[in-house]
This record gives sequence, structure tokens and C-alpha cells, in this order.
Amino acid sequence: MTPDRRVFALDEGDVPAPAGNGSNPVSAVLDVLGETFGVVAEPGAPGSGARQHTWLDTFDWRLNRAGLVLEYEHLRQGGRLLLSKDDVVQAEQPVTGWRSGRPRLAEDLPAGPVRDQILKLASPRALLPMATAAGTVSVTRLLNADGKTVAQLIVDRSTVTQAGQAVPLAPRLAIAEVRGYPGQARRAARLLAETPGVSAAQPSAFLAALHALRRHPDDYSNGVTTEITAQMPASVAVATLLLGLLDTLEQNVDGVLRDIDTEFLHDLRVAARRTRSAIKLLGDALPAGLAAPYAAEFKWLGDLTTPTRDLDVHLLGFGAMAGQLVAASPADLEPFRAFLARRRTREFRRLAAGLRSARFKTLTDHWRKALLEVRDAAGPARRRGVTADDLAVSRTGRMFRRVAAQGAAITPDSAPDLLHDLRKRCKELRYVLEFFAPLHAPVAYRKVVGDLKQLQDCLGEFQDSEVQRHEIGALADEMLAERAAPAATLLAMGEIAANLVHREAEARADFAQRFPRFAGPAGQHRFHALLTRPSR
Amino acid sequence: MKIYATYNIKGGVGKTTAAVNLAYLSAADGYRTLLWDLDPQGAASFLFRIKPRVKGGGKALIRGTKALDDAIKGTDFEHLDLLPADFTYRNMDLLLGDRDKKATRQIAQLLRPLAGEYEHVFLDCPPSISLVSENVMHAADVLLVPLIPTTLSVRTLDQLTEFVAGFDGRRPEIRAFFSMVDRRKRLHQEITAQLSAERPVVAATTIPALSLIERMSVERAPVAAFAPRSPAARAFRALWTEISPACSKG
Repeated sequence: MTPDRRVFALDEGDVPAPAGNGSNPVSAVLDVLGETFGVVAEPGAPGSGARQHTWLDTFDWRLNRAGLVLEYEHLRQGGRLLLSKDDVVQAEQPVTGWRSGRPRLAEDLPAGPVRDQILKLASPRALLPMATAAGTVSVTRLLNADGKTVAQLIVDRSTVTQAGQAVPLAPRLAIAEVRGYPGQARRAARLLAETPGVSAAQPSAFLAALHALRRHPDDYSNGVTTEITAQMPASVAVATLLLGLLDTLEQNVDGVLRDIDTEFLHDLRVAARRTRSAIKLLGDALPAGLAAPYAAEFKWLGDLTTPTRDLDVHLLGFGAMAGQLVAASPADLEPFRAFLARRRTREFRRLAAGLRSARFKTLTDHWRKALLEVRDAAGPARRRGVTADDLAVSRTGRMFRRVAAQGAAITPDSAPDLLHDLRKRCKELRYVLEFFAPLHAPVAYRKVVGDLKQLQDCLGEFQDSEVQRHEIGALADEMLAERAAPAATLLAMGEIAANLVHREAEARADFAQRFPRFAGPAGQHRFHALLTRPSR
Repeated sequence: MKIYATYNIKGGVGKTTAAVNLAYLSAADGYRTLLWDLDPQGAASFLFRIKPRVKGGGKALIRGTKALDDAIKGTDFEHLDLLPADFTYRNMDLLLGDRDKKATRQIAQLLRPLAGEYEHVFLDCPPSISLVSENVMHAADVLLVPLIPTTLSVRTLDQLTEFVAGFDGRRPEIRAFFSMVDRRKRLHQEITAQLSAERPVVAATTIPALSLIERMSVERAPVAAFAPRSPAARAFRALWTEISPACSKG
């Protein structure tokens, strides 16, 4: 059982400075508490003194979403990581030789309990410094008539910094309960709350720090988070949606260029792909001729990113792939890994040049300008015509029928291309569903997306295995041409290719089971329920 | 969770001062420590400035209507909590005997849920031979027996050893130590030297009779806290160092 802590912020301008106490407003607070409690400063108390700590999370706030807070506490030599949940430390471990201001992959942390708890959650993302606070903490004991400590006043004066921005935080005053004396802690907290200039504060120091930096957790998500409404004109809804995707795309550019972790590129690609699908499926809702020229440019962007991402996928799955070897040894694959890494370095240079090019800048600038004009257009023109909901119902229904028809035509003997094509249609259907998610009933939406996701997983497994198998063949050719392929490596690559054939066959068998579940009468009924509107 | 109990059939032999100082030293070493003041006189509670009172009294604790956890108070020292005494503990024998089944193992059972929270528990036992002390002996991993340097003390230790040997199954380890030793008295010197040499269960460390130890009731704190460099504090530290490896077994 962890005793409670009640946290307040002190607005120093509002606290009357006590006579003879200089201008120290904390002293005014101590005077108020001193009327009821004995007040004894404890200079060497655990947790007191100078303190500097950096809060870490992945770019997409994976730890925060799991309710975890990760802090790097700077010590005289090295530092230590503290992982907390609901303000209670769950694990800690020392870390040396790490400047916490630099991103670091979770898997590169030294072995320890914090690494153990966050590795699965954070990988393959890097831990980024979200904010750093430096300051001093002082502890004062509050005593009852017997001289027994019944609560503690903890004062934290810190300045928060991030990316060169430094913001002094309002001093945080916490009344910490001593176990078994909750009434006394409540009393002390009440006295504090009644003191002029003292107000209830964010219980979490991390949230207070982010607030001071005008940030909030979850200020990035790779999902579609656009706020659209049913009665919004379709053109405005589509422009709003595309602007949201452009924001996501641009938010990832810096992380890609700094090569912080592989997921920046992944998210950038997804935003680009969603944009292309939106242009293809919904672009006719925009003013005539607006979207078409950009479709080609987003295709260029997608093509620019593909080689690096494909190599990332190979490298990310390398350990698992090597673990499946039976005849060959994982060590045999090392030349292949080295080849992939060299190739990635080369491809990444091309990618970075593309993202720094005038062409990319023109694309994003012009696209944003064009979309803003549509979104912010005023007057009667934007009030006429189809609504966002009309568009959602018609396009989602059309996409479902297309997927159902294409899937029904696939037999166990169909060419792989037909399955690949169906996978693309499924992706488009998924995107259309996600674009208009706010307009659908949540339960019906979850059911339909759940079914579709299962089908997509199986089609993805089929295509990824097939593509990877062909790529391994092509890469083997290139390694041979570069004389970088020992026979043992080629044999090991052959074994991997054989495993992939097996996975393809399994995925295909799985498809035969899953598709009827998705597109059969029950699936059709679920789609019908999703797209039926009470007023229709 | 390791459970230590300070026990002697006689009163005024230094049980409470030992329990208070050893529990403090255990906490100072970083172990999450609980001291249960089972003596209705509440001396240990007094020394930590905690009121000797438990809501619902001993009855509520023994019958389980109040969890031990809810009665625990934080002391002024990190990692050290106290379960206070209550005047109703004077009837604890009756309360423990109220339930015919496993009457001698109820304290052990009550402590079990605290295993995740504390690494060391100290039981400060009232002077008597009763159902309470029998419960304490069954609960403890180590019985810490303070002895005053008299020949009669040897008899007490023998009786206790024999009594514990008669337990079925698990038995606590017995560690005795001399307390209130006056180094100016030849008899004290002879008895402590002879017994600690002859009997492995008797610690080599002795706790001297010092006015600073008596001063604990004025300071209302462990001597190891208010006079950490004093000979008294050093004696308790040496005792803790000597007995703690034995106690950390199992």
C-alpha cells in the first residue's frame, strides 16, 4: 500500500512574503503549516537535494499509452532509469555511458529490469527525451504534539527544458502522507489549499513539465485522427482528412532524416499510401482537377521510400529468420546481414536526398495550400452537394462489394497476383473505413474492422512471404555478382526461401477459411448494419 | 520475509530496546521492516512516538475484522513501519484461545499476507509464558533471547531450548545475547565470556548497561538514530551484524 501524495503548485507572485523572511514564498507556506504542526526541515532526507531527470518515451508515446512513465535520473556518475506506473516505481536500473538527450533504441539498453519491462512495448522504436527538468527538492517534516512525523512537505523547484526551450515550472508542493496518518495529511493539504497563491497541480510531474512546454502526451498518433462530421460538405471532409495525413507525413520527416528508428519511415509511408488511396477513392469530391497531379507525386514519394523500407523489414526480421534455420547455422547468414546493412546505407542516402529535395518541398507546400483553400472556402458553394456521410456510405459500400466480388473469384489455383490485388483492395476498404470512422456506430465499426483485419493479416502473410522469397533470390544474385556470397550463406538463404514457400502455402489455406467469414451472409449483414442510417 | 522475535519469560531484560534498535538497523540497511509491538504496555510504540492504540483492539486483529495492514503506522524512519500496541493485547491469550483450531499458529497466519510488503518483521513479545509467546515462537524464524548475566539466565535459556525442541515440524532458530552487561562487575564478565564460548547459540556481542540506552525513553527514538556513534549504538550494530547472517538463511 502506497500512502497518498497531494500535489499543489505555488504561484509565487500571489503569495504574501512573510515579514523577515525575505521574499521566499515557500516560507509563507511553512508559516501557515507551522500554526498547526511542528515544522522541521530535513536537509539530508531521501530524495532531497539537487536533481536532474529526463522523461523518455517513444515518438508515438507507447509507454504513456500503457500508463508507464520512464525517467532517466542524472547522477554524478552515469544515471539510472526509473519506470513508474501511477506514480509508483515498478523497476529501476543503472545506466552508464548514455547521454539521455540522444535517442536510444530500447533493445540497446543494458540488461536490467527496466529493459525487460519496456522492450516488447517499445521495440523497434527509440526512446526519445520528451522533457528534462533540473532543480532542487527539499523535505520538511510535519509533526504532531508527540513530535511524531505525520506528513511531509516536499518542495520541488525545477526548470524544464526541451529542444533549447527553458521554462521555469511553478514550485510543486506535495503533502506526502505517512502511513497510518491519512487525516493529518488531509489536514495539511487543506491548509495548503487555503493558502493564497497555492492551487491544486497536475499530480504527475511529467504532465506538468509537458504542459509547461505546451505539449501533451499522445500529441502524435500514426492513426487517422481527423475530426469530421456527418453533415460536413464532402469536399471539406476530404480536404480535412488529407490535411491530417499531410501533418502525419511531415511530422515523420525529421525522424527519417536523422534515422532515429525504422518506424518514422514506416509511418511516413503509411501516410503517403493513405493519401494516394484517398485521392483515388475520394478525390472526385474535391474541386475538379485538383487532386490528379498530386497522385503522381505521391506515387513518386512512395517509390522513393520503398527500397529502404524493404531493407528495414529484412533487417528487423533477421533474428527471427535466422532462428528458423534447421540445416544451416545463423552464423552462415552474417554475410547476408552485412550485405543488407551496406545496401540500406546506400538506399538511405537516396531517400534522404529525395526528402531534402525541392520536389518534396514543393509537393508538401503546394498540396497543403490547395487543401487549405478547399477546407476554408466560404460561401454557398460549400453548403451544396453531397455530405461527408453520403460519401462515406456510398464509397464504403462500393469498396466492400468490389472486395467481395474479387475475393469470390479466387480459387486455390488462382495466380498469386489475384491475391495481391485483393490485398490492395482490402487496404483501400480499410482506409475508407478509417477515414470515416467518426461517422459510424462504434460497435458496428469495430465488428467490420475486426473481420477485415483478419482477412488482411492472412493476405499480408501470403504476399510478404512471396515478395520476400523473390527478393532473397534477387539479393542472392546481387551478392554473387559482388562476390560477397560464401556458399554457406547462399545455402542458408535457400533454406529461408524454402521456409517462406511453406508460409505462403499456409496463408493460402487460411484465406480459403477466412474469406467466406468476411464476405458471406454474416459479413454482408455486418456491413449493411454499418452503412444503414436511421434517416435513410 | 524473515521474522525475528525478541523473547524472554522475564521482564526488564532489554527485549524492547533490542527490538527497537535492531528493527531500526534493519531498515537503515534498506530492508523493508515492520515491528509489531505485542506488549500491552506499549513501550516500543512509545519509543517511536506512536500512540499505543489499534482501532477495534486486538480482538479485531485476531478475528480478522481489521487487517493488520490497516493498523500499521509509518515511523519517522525510512523503510520502518510499526504495528502499535493496544491495551486490549493483555487479553490476547483469551482471544487466541477462542478458536480451538491451530490456536498456537494464529500470529503466523496473520503475518502471512504481509510477506510481499516486508523483508524483515520484528515481534516484540511481552514477558510471560503464554499462548501469545507460543504463537510468537511458531511464527518466528529466529528467537532473539536477551539474557541478563546471572546463572539463572542459563536455566531460562535451557528451558526455552527444550520447549522449542518439542515443537512438531518447523522450529525457530534460537540466538541469545547478553544484555544490560556491567563490565565493572566480575560476575558479568565471567558469565558472558564463559557462556558465549561454551554455547554457540549465545552471541559474542554483548549489550552494555549504559545510561544512553535508558535515555531512549527521553529522546523517544532508537539509540542508533539519536546517537549513532555512541558505544551503545555500536553494540547494537555489532549484534545486528553478528546475528543477521544467521537470520538471512532460508
